[in-house]
Amino acid sequence: MSEYVKPLPQPSKTSRPFWEAAKRHELMLQRCEACHQFIYYPRARCPHCFSDRLVWRRCSGKGKLYSFTVVHRPSTRLFADAPYVLAIVELEEGPRMTTNIVAPPQSLKVDMPVTVFFDDVTPECTLVKFKPAG
Amino acid sequence: MSLKGKAAAIGIGELKPYREPTEDSALDLMTAVAAEAIADAGLEKKDIDGLLVGMASADPGMIYPSAIGELFDLRPRMLNVLDIGGASGAGMIWRAAAAIDAGMCNAVLCLTADLNRLGRRRPPMISLMYEFEAPYGAIGANCSYALIAQRHMAIYGTKPEQMAKVAVDQRRNALANPLAYFNDTPLTIDDVLNSRYICEPLHLFEIVSPMSGGAAVVVASPEIALRAKHPPIWLIGAGEGSDRASITYAPEITESAVKGAADAAFKMAGVSRKDIDLVCPYDCYTITVLVTLEDAGFCKKGQGGPFVMEHDLTFSGDFPCNTHGGQLSFGQPGLAGGMSHVTEGIRQLMGRGGDRQVKNARLAYVNGNGGIMSEQVSLILERVS
Repeated sequence: MSEYVKPLPQPSKTSRPFWEAAKRHELMLQRCEACHQFIYYPRARCPHCFSDRLVWRRCSGKGKLYSFTVVHRPSTRLFADAPYVLAIVELEEGPRMTTNIVAPPQSLKVDMPVTVFFDDVTPECTLVKFKPAG
Repeated sequence: MSLKGKAAAIGIGELKPYREPTEDSALDLMTAVAAEAIADAGLEKKDIDGLLVGMASADPGMIYPSAIGELFDLRPRMLNVLDIGGASGAGMIWRAAAAIDAGMCNAVLCLTADLNRLGRRRPPMISLMYEFEAPYGAIGANCSYALIAQRHMAIYGTKPEQMAKVAVDQRRNALANPLAYFNDTPLTIDDVLNSRYICEPLHLFEIVSPMSGGAAVVVASPEIALRAKHPPIWLIGAGEGSDRASITYAPEITESAVKGAADAAFKMAGVSRKDIDLVCPYDCYTITVLVTLEDAGFCKKGQGGPFVMEHDLTFSGDFPCNTHGGQLSFGQPGLAGGMSHVTEGIRQLMGRGGDRQVKNARLAYVNGNGGIMSEQVSLILERVS
């Protein structure tokens, strides 16, 4: 297997629980104890109400395909496996994520239901991706 | 408090964009275009006492404005770098007016130039982008604007040919602009739709081409403006806004902070959309123009597609739009691409549009857009007869 050359996340103190959960194949997001909203990406304080009472909660992994693009010509040579589908998924819990959809592009429609899967791209790193539900 | 009529643009400089590598440095282009703008204003270098500059990606650095000022021995009493992406050019204009109105300076050089090759010391992305965007291949702007276009098509029924029409009409404008890079070949809707996909649904001809070049504007106090060599073009309305950086976290990706910026600018100016003689909306992509025209209130939300089909966007048409060709045909020399919308608005209002002059142009709407529609600046410029 060839070496993985794409950019990898460098987790911070704040984001490490998210990436550690992904490695366990769990989607964990912070939820604000003050305003009860889920947030993504991980932060030191809730971006809505600025409370620091954030707790990690497991999410359903269900969402909808808010938008997507088939990237034919990436801006960097690191993504030599183009075309690939870059997407924004809106989770059932509210937040949106930048992610990839792994499915034939012709099968995709805006707002279709999608479900999470975990791509162990290296022994140390798992990325959170989605595929059509059902 | 209002900036209406507190300062005017009195001189412009603009280099013809070019793609081919030369031995020019970004600093050479900064110098050339600064000299052109100051001369065009009828001023001397010593008259410039304010400097607003955009950082060239080909030669970035900290403590930037004083280094640029040192290049031509400026002695500014107000200096800053503006870092709101493609909105920087438009953003400099109201900041210059504000500094002048506050009595901090009298004549501000607003300066942008860059090379099409990114330097080795490319300004880094913030860590958040590396962590939550780049691993999925969300790198560069093309893919993010494609996400906007895809949802705009799905929600509002916008058609590929409607987006293409923007590039086609603007090319007709470029054919009458000696400074535009793509000014020798007409473009058809089929040409656009038959060009290859870069990030589907966006085709190659819906995307700006990076160039080398520069653009600059001199903004001056009323005292200086009233004795300038060209008709002063007054800033009468300005608004600015941002609602996030990454497109993923936009409240709705098909809507933008243009709305708040444009509403503020029109309110300050005390004019209505119908009074505007030409529009210069930032056009890094075709979809950007549709979203901007909608959010600026020139048509209903979601109706940008039908609107551009129903109107003639050329300089002789019923809705002159980006009469320099837009960046899609003019080229995008870094932040000078955004400034090209400002210089064209000023040029037209001064009556210096040449073969593409919009008749009786008195009021222009200019929009600057940074990042992924992340930062917006709306300006209303007026020629007082």
